[in-house]
Amino acid sequence: MSEGLVNSIYLGAAIMFILALSGLSSNENARRGNLYGMLGMGLAIIATVFSDAVTNYWVILICMTLGSVLGLILARRVKMTQMPQLVAILHSLVGLAAMSVGYATYLDPEIHLLGAEKTIHDIEVYLGIYIGGMTFSGSVIAFGKLSAMINSRPVLLPARHLLNLIMLFVVVYYGFEFVNAENLSDATIPLIVLTVIALVFGVHMVIAIGGADMPVVISMLNSYSGWAAAATGFMLSNDLLIVTGALVGSSGAILSYIMCTAMNRNFFSVIAGGFGKPDVTSSGSTAVAGEAVATSIEEVAQLLSSAKKVMIVPGYGMAMAQAQRAVSDVSRILMGKGVNVIFGIHPVAGRMPGHMNVLLAEAKVPYDVVFEMDEVNDDFPNVDVTLVIGANDTVNPAALDDPGSPISGMPVLEVWKSKMTVVLKRSMATGYAGVDNPLFYKDNTRMLFGDAKSNMDDLVKVLG
Amino acid sequence: MKIVIPKEIKTGEKRVATTPDITEKLVKKGFRVLVERDAGLEASFSDEAYVDAGAEIISESKELYALADIILKVRAPQDNCDTNIHELDLMPKGCLLICFIWPAQNAELLQALADKGIDAMAMDSVPRISRAQKLDALSSMANIAGYRAVVEASNHFGRFFSGQITAAGKVPPAKVMVIGAGVAGLAAIGTAKSLGAIVRAFDTRPEVKDQILSMDAEFLEMDFEEDGSGEGGYAKQMSQAFIDAEMALFAEQARDVDIIITTALIPGKPAPKLITTEMVKSMKHGSVIVDLAAEQGGNCELTKPHRIAEQHGVKIVGFTDMPSRLPAQASQLYSSNLLNMLDELVKDVKAPLALDMNDEVIRGATVVNAGEITWPPPVIDVAARQPAYSEQSVPDVHVTIDEDEATSGLKKVLSTLLPVAFGALLLFGMGAFAPPSFMGHFTVFILSCFIGYMVIWNVSPSLHTPLMSVTNAISSIIIIGALIQVSSQSSLITILSAVAILIASINIVGGFAVTQRMLKMFGE
Repeated sequence: MSEGLVNSIYLGAAIMFILALSGLSSNENARRGNLYGMLGMGLAIIATVFSDAVTNYWVILICMTLGSVLGLILARRVKMTQMPQLVAILHSLVGLAAMSVGYATYLDPEIHLLGAEKTIHDIEVYLGIYIGGMTFSGSVIAFGKLSAMINSRPVLLPARHLLNLIMLFVVVYYGFEFVNAENLSDATIPLIVLTVIALVFGVHMVIAIGGADMPVVISMLNSYSGWAAAATGFMLSNDLLIVTGALVGSSGAILSYIMCTAMNRNFFSVIAGGFGKPDVTSSGSTAVAGEAVATSIEEVAQLLSSAKKVMIVPGYGMAMAQAQRAVSDVSRILMGKGVNVIFGIHPVAGRMPGHMNVLLAEAKVPYDVVFEMDEVNDDFPNVDVTLVIGANDTVNPAALDDPGSPISGMPVLEVWKSKMTVVLKRSMATGYAGVDNPLFYKDNTRMLFGDAKSNMDDLVKVLG
Repeated sequence: MKIVIPKEIKTGEKRVATTPDITEKLVKKGFRVLVERDAGLEASFSDEAYVDAGAEIISESKELYALADIILKVRAPQDNCDTNIHELDLMPKGCLLICFIWPAQNAELLQALADKGIDAMAMDSVPRISRAQKLDALSSMANIAGYRAVVEASNHFGRFFSGQITAAGKVPPAKVMVIGAGVAGLAAIGTAKSLGAIVRAFDTRPEVKDQILSMDAEFLEMDFEEDGSGEGGYAKQMSQAFIDAEMALFAEQARDVDIIITTALIPGKPAPKLITTEMVKSMKHGSVIVDLAAEQGGNCELTKPHRIAEQHGVKIVGFTDMPSRLPAQASQLYSSNLLNMLDELVKDVKAPLALDMNDEVIRGATVVNAGEITWPPPVIDVAARQPAYSEQSVPDVHVTIDEDEATSGLKKVLSTLLPVAFGALLLFGMGAFAPPSFMGHFTVFILSCFIGYMVIWNVSPSLHTPLMSVTNAISSIIIIGALIQVSSQSSLITILSAVAILIASINIVGGFAVTQRMLKMFGE
């Protein structure tokens, strides 16, 4: 295949990728969009494989078959509650691939560049490996935290900002060394130092971020995997990689931005870590007086069946308890009784953007009753009963009322404005942010303690 | 531990202190529950129902009282007109009596209880703090009274409450004014509203305005500012000027409305006279006034306690036993309050009963303990414990806003100019030094970022997870780099590329497949 033909197919693939992303603007077109994405990827791979530079078909065939089978098994086996873990581990693979391609490019004896072009190419390789390494190790840690292999509490090293600064300085210094290196052996040490620091940096960054900040981390890693691809595109002078990398990079960046806004937090303060830990004193917050009123399944069932409008607000606790199907059953029974049931989702509910939506879709909750926070927040005064299932910080009135609260200013679902709120919770423990929740002590709040799944199952029995 | 439930002896009292439902819960907790024969009859609870719930029925009240560790009653002990025996005389020394006592009005009774060595807790003296809400029997009864007030009003009002348009002509909706929006007032507002009336409500405490508005009623306001909030969430007595303005408002409303429901009470004082004879005269014939303050003298000058008075064509309902007129409901709520009180009181049914006088709620409700009168309890200032930062923080906010305004203009200009200037400099630097081939790629890169920006903002938030998995899959386009390099002469490069191809393929296939799986769920 001629180079011109290959390039025009690459252009087609790039268009397909843009169509794939724009298809996600609505549920109806999303699947078609995904097919465009597959088509684009297929075209790009075929064009590359049959281009003049490629001769080693057996290796390609074996690796791709093996990889495809593994990927398919992974995609089939994964539970929807494990999506954050899956996405994290896939991100790490992109990072690893970017690193490998980076080394290979540098080692490639066929590339001979001089002057500014060589400098730029070296910088590209250096950056590509750095971003790839950081994405790889960061995603591995994120995966560990999400699958509870690593403690999800933030781990903060003393003088961590100084440490980061020193690492950055070393990276820049060796970057100069690397660019100035005359031959391979001179470049080896900078390359090794770079790799080690990139990996350490990724670990250090993610390990300092905990629990509910995970959505930001995941979207950030998503963004990095895109930039890694773009950097690879620059080193290979391949526009398709650059276009795709830029699309993915900006996608992840926007998601991180949305997640940060939803928590009223600055991106850098999330990355720098620090939330609900000793160095953040909740001095200004007022102690909450009063006692939470516990309720029973029967009472909740009665409340729900006599309501006209019910709002269900799920949080990470629903995912933890795997209660989504039972929740869906409850909503369906109530709808059958003529109750208007809707779902209100906070943007950072769960451990990744859109986590709750996927779980509810899996449990066959029709997507036209699932709404975003901004769509339903004014609606609460008309709601008879709100069921809060495993959400805490995202429904905390202190975010609006208490200027001293660590989560002050974070937009929250104003569930307490509904006529009655029932909170399903395992115990009175505080949420990720470590802030007491005045919602539990409001007059119109009832607490239903216990495991969300078994409670919802019981509710199904009583209602059905 | 034995709990006894005697039959109420006061004439007209139909409530009973414990229902079969609650009996069952008490028995489950390990109490022995003894109920006097026919105790729940007037409230439609049969003896059989109590037996089914695990209680024992005892015919003789003398025998019943003798067994008591805890006595649950509605009314304070009194003389039995039939037998001429005072209930107090039947109670054994050392037992605990829980009922409505009204200690302020019944000093003699307190003394008698203390002399006899009977401990007593008054359900009417439970402190008004949020922890004690579930045992606040006054609120439970007030809720019922408010509901019943509307039912009584509609019973004596010769018209519909709701407006209707019928074939025979139009019916205007009834207009109801509720004075005092406490628990009873709010219950009355809700009930009148659900019958379809136009409801207006008045209260001296401005903080209840939101509650009134939230029930879709009108809040009557006057051009006068004075906060009527007193201790413990009750109302206090107002200044003369305020009262004059208030009376003018009521006089104006009296001419217009069909129903007036008054619930105005000031603790420890006779009820304020709010509806004068003049106002009653000005009301339309057939109008109804329900005076829930009748027992404390009434809010209306013409109220006759305990009965209905018809004056100047207006019926004035002065019943003082509203809760007892819904005996089953009142008994149910009251006994739930008692159950919650027992939960607070008794931690272990086997151990002898001890009143924990350090507990705020128990201390507040206990009026006689170990032969001593313990009423009134030491004052707890509810208001002082509430955070008062709102008033102080408001001026602070103003100051910061003012400062902000001065600098915000400059900041705004800077915050837009700086990035533009920085970007321009960067572009200039690149154009000056970078080779043309790089600039070509760089152009593609920047434009793609913009396309990404435009496209991603349109993605529906519910599809953010599929977005992440699909972007993950397409970012594995990195495979192209590996595919190009895999045919290299160097075996090290081939191995590195092969690894990259392998993991990128996992990613491509896995990412697209799992996205498809998710989107399939969304499509259904």
